[in-house]
Amino acid sequence: MTGLVGAVAQVVVVAVGSPLLVGLMRKIRARLEGRVGAGVLQTWRDLRKLCRKEAISPHGTGWVFRMAPLVLAGTALVVASVVPLVTTQSPMDGVADLFAVAALLALGSVALALGGLDTGTAFGGMGASREVTLLALVEPTILLSVFALSVRVGSTNLGEIVTAAVHDPMAVISPVSLLAAVALGVVTIAETGRIPVDNPSTHLELTMIHEAMVLEYAGPDLALIEWASGMRLFVLLGLLAGLFAPWGIATAGAGPVAVVLALVVLVFKVAVLGAGLAAGEVFMAKLRLFRIPELLAGSFMLALLAVAASYFLA
Amino acid sequence: MNAAGASLLSALGLCLVSALAGATAPRRVRPLLAGLGTACAGAAAAAAGVAALAGQSWSAWLPGVLPLAGARLALDPLGGMFVAVTGAVAVCAAVYGIGYAKHGVDGRVTQATLPLFLGAMLLVPVAASVSTLLVAWELMAVTSLLLVLAEHARRPAVAEAGLWYAVMTHLGFAAIVAGMAGFAAGAAGESFEQLRAATLSPAVRDAVFVATLAGFASKAGIVPLHVWLARAHPEAPSPVSALMSAAMVNMGVYGIVRVGLDLLRGGPSWWWLVVLAMGALSALFGILQAAVASDLKRLLGYSTTENMGLVLIGVGAAGFFASCGDKELAGLALVAALLHVVNHAGFKTLLFLAAGSVLRATGTRDLDALGGLRGRMPYTTALFAVGALAASALPPGNGFVSEWLLLQSLIHALPTSGVAGAVTMPPAVGVIALSAGLAIATFVKAFGVGFLARARTPAAGRAAESPPTMICGMALAAACCVALALAPAAVLPALSHLVAVLLPGHEAVGGVVTLRLADVQGTMSPLLIAAALAVAAALLLGSVRLVARRARRPARLWDCGAGPMTPRMEYTATSFAEPLQRVFDNVLAPESDLAVTPTKESAYLVESIHYRARIPDRIERRLYDPVLAAAASIGRGATRLANGSIHRYLAYGFYALTGVLLVLAVVW
Amino acid sequence: MISLLRKMRKTGRVAEPAPEPAAGDTVPAAAELGGSVQIRHIDAGSCNGCEVEIASAFGPVYDAERYGARLVASPRHADALLVTGPVTRNMEVALRRTHEAVPEPRLVIALGDCARDCGVFAGAYGVAGAVKDVLPVDAEVPGCPPKPEAIVEALRGLTGR
Ligand code: SF4
Repeated sequence: MTGLVGAVAQVVVVAVGSPLLVGLMRKIRARLEGRVGAGVLQTWRDLRKLCRKEAISPHGTGWVFRMAPLVLAGTALVVASVVPLVTTQSPMDGVADLFAVAALLALGSVALALGGLDTGTAFGGMGASREVTLLALVEPTILLSVFALSVRVGSTNLGEIVTAAVHDPMAVISPVSLLAAVALGVVTIAETGRIPVDNPSTHLELTMIHEAMVLEYAGPDLALIEWASGMRLFVLLGLLAGLFAPWGIATAGAGPVAVVLALVVLVFKVAVLGAGLAAGEVFMAKLRLFRIPELLAGSFMLALLAVAASYFLA
Repeated sequence: MNAAGASLLSALGLCLVSALAGATAPRRVRPLLAGLGTACAGAAAAAAGVAALAGQSWSAWLPGVLPLAGARLALDPLGGMFVAVTGAVAVCAAVYGIGYAKHGVDGRVTQATLPLFLGAMLLVPVAASVSTLLVAWELMAVTSLLLVLAEHARRPAVAEAGLWYAVMTHLGFAAIVAGMAGFAAGAAGESFEQLRAATLSPAVRDAVFVATLAGFASKAGIVPLHVWLARAHPEAPSPVSALMSAAMVNMGVYGIVRVGLDLLRGGPSWWWLVVLAMGALSALFGILQAAVASDLKRLLGYSTTENMGLVLIGVGAAGFFASCGDKELAGLALVAALLHVVNHAGFKTLLFLAAGSVLRATGTRDLDALGGLRGRMPYTTALFAVGALAASALPPGNGFVSEWLLLQSLIHALPTSGVAGAVTMPPAVGVIALSAGLAIATFVKAFGVGFLARARTPAAGRAAESPPTMICGMALAAACCVALALAPAAVLPALSHLVAVLLPGHEAVGGVVTLRLADVQGTMSPLLIAAALAVAAALLLGSVRLVARRARRPARLWDCGAGPMTPRMEYTATSFAEPLQRVFDNVLAPESDLAVTPTKESAYLVESIHYRARIPDRIERRLYDPVLAAAASIGRGATRLANGSIHRYLAYGFYALTGVLLVLAVVW
Repeated sequence: MISLLRKMRKTGRVAEPAPEPAAGDTVPAAAELGGSVQIRHIDAGSCNGCEVEIASAFGPVYDAERYGARLVASPRHADALLVTGPVTRNMEVALRRTHEAVPEPRLVIALGDCARDCGVFAGAYGVAGAVKDVLPVDAEVPGCPPKPEAIVEALRGLTGR
């Protein structure tokens, strides 16, 4: 029962909180640049306004273009409901597998890439091409990090990995964890299109990856896409926090108080990570597209080291 | 005789009848009769295979059919699985072929050979003696070669592909003959039962395994013996491509499993590490080539190499775990590999048939010239999308389930399989992950560039949807894919059972809605994922409808306010793959040449620029071209010996004879 | 990185305190936007003086973003077009098409004297007219070029903040 309540609460927190997270990150960035910024609530205002505007179907596009935002947001929602952010007792145990989560996130990206291609504009195709290239290069790192994390537990089920970490917090401070954490951190940045991989606030089409795919979307479609991007960021940051700093997550048999506590802790952890990410971005410039593979190859090496460490240090 | 045997024999009989129909019926009804007959044969074979999987076994000895030892047939669960897959693929391809035949492949030879090809493929997994296997194997090779050559009069590339195929398949056959003959020589006889009972010295076992592995791997299109596949599969007529890519390549896997795990009863771990390495290499190389290919059918052909590579990773891992004594993981890995065989057969049939539908409608396989088929060929587009989703191993496609099982078996190996496992498994997981990622890029390209947006050429703009029989064939394959994706539990128990017989142990995977691994922790529910996605999407659609205040409006594409965007401005398949090509520059070694022609008046004014870029198969360049060049130069040298003078030839004869006599005189 | 950090600390907040919103200057059509206005800027033939001022309006000192206005890359994402310069003949069709590309509700701001009434370019052979001759204009910002304060004030009229 707590599992179900926790999962529902978690989805609500992710859904409501992700625009706030994006707003917070923009605010922090603005403050560090000496500006005031638009306030944490601004992202929600943007979404509300987008929902009131009309959606547009450009000539020559079809069902793929229309369905892409739904699939993207749908995968984000499903992922938000299965990852153990608040409770490890997900009612959808059969989906709460790290491989499945990674694949679902990839499915969302693929949907958006196809939506970009369906417009037939040069920018749509360019964004799609870049997105799937990055996706292909990110995948090995994700799966190897999953591998490294699963060795100690003997399972890739997220609930079990996090439960084990909750019960044995000191194991988190091991070379395996650290290496995997760095690798997954890089992956998170790449997957969510943050600096130095992609610049979420760029206005130059030629430097875009994510933005280039969504240039044709308007109104509610665009609202879904932006909201889904926010949810992916929230979930990935929450997951990172859950895997490497699992304190506070409600495990089996926890009462309602624990769930509420877990919610508070989750919000705190994600806010801290988001703030850190936003602050870090101020110090960096976006990498050239063809330098990104080097970054990802580096993270792949770290993940490989993590797996090796998990065997030889075990 | 039980149901399995009866339906198998009726399938073989139906193959003969349809071949007869294909050879004799008038042109108007020929495709219909031959196609229906082949489809019935396929259905009967599928029934036989399912019955065998369910536990019915059947065997027969037909002394009169083949000289000397006679033909020995036996249907066991392992063979039954491959029979079932082949039959199911044949049903789809044959129904599809009825409509496709009007597209220039309704000749007598082609129509009569197709059922024979199916019959040969059915015989391979039920052959129960060395000679029967070899005859069936060669029959399969020859019939498929004839089918590959079906369109040779129309395209010169076909003849070249046929030549490559003929040579490669016969080299492979020679290796299998050598291996199996050596095996039979060391055993008490040539039937599989006697082979199983044989005790061979380790060196002979090694030799047998390596020789048969080379032969079977070449049929499965495994690197570096894959060069024929990417030529022959695209050049064959599409239903034949589907049969070859979805059913025939499986026979290579069957051979490796049958000989390695069944007849030789496993072996030292290095055998299986070799298999695993070959699989990993194929997976990576195949998908990389597919990712940068812009010929739709060539892309699919390379993707076959990739998927067979993934299967061999599973088979290799299974053998390796078995040799380490970890029967449970071995079972899991083999189940994953076999499930991937089934899944791959499903989606590759669908994809090749859909590619054929595109080829029929537009006359081109070049992705750079396609596009805009979504509106004109809605069914083909939707069906291709189903196949592409499966092939990119994303949920809720069927490819995801088998890759998940494969990954589970590999990652659980670390604690138990010692240092060799610790060194092998992480790179293997990395390879699977990278090939999964590249497969996503490949199929986003194939679907997005080939079918979406606007037509890049007038030919693509005039495309019309295919006839109902073709759509029906594709829809059958798609239905199989969807069923396998949502309810893999329908086939997994049978596969687990067959593996438990092969590698004595208990069943590796259980569960109905949620798959549960028996010996390691792991649960996965494809049905739940699909349901959750559907619910989430419906929920979102509903809430967007609820809050939206304005209706959707059609509008011009955003072209920066300037003139209309022409299809020339769309991203092409080549440009789509360019970032990947640059990232893997060192591996792919693309070639390009640039020819600038200046005008007559001045060297600084340019008249025309020609740019040509192509990505050759690097293994072919490095490994085969030198050998071929050497053979050609030896051949040229040899022509000097034969200058056409009768005197000279008589002299050769004289010298040769005296030479032999002299040698005999000295040695005797 | 340390020096950058030190510089950040030393500089602190650059943005000037927000002036009181000018009363009665809001655009009624913008009410539906609810405090969030995405802007696509179009140069219909300006001398680029206005662009410099727009850049400073969105720069750290005036920080128009704090009132809920943001520049975007595609008219599909925009709520308002910020048009500068007189509408030249070459840009007339492009301007109409861009307006057409913006999803409803959509607003047009004519920025600078040129955009309002062709300014110094009035009567020139390449000029098709002021922005209001081509599109319905919802807000105007006078000046050649307008001061960033004026631009910010006009934007606040749209966001209502
Ligand atoms: S209003 Fe003045 S500054 Fe702006 S474009 Fe016209 S001339 Fe240039």
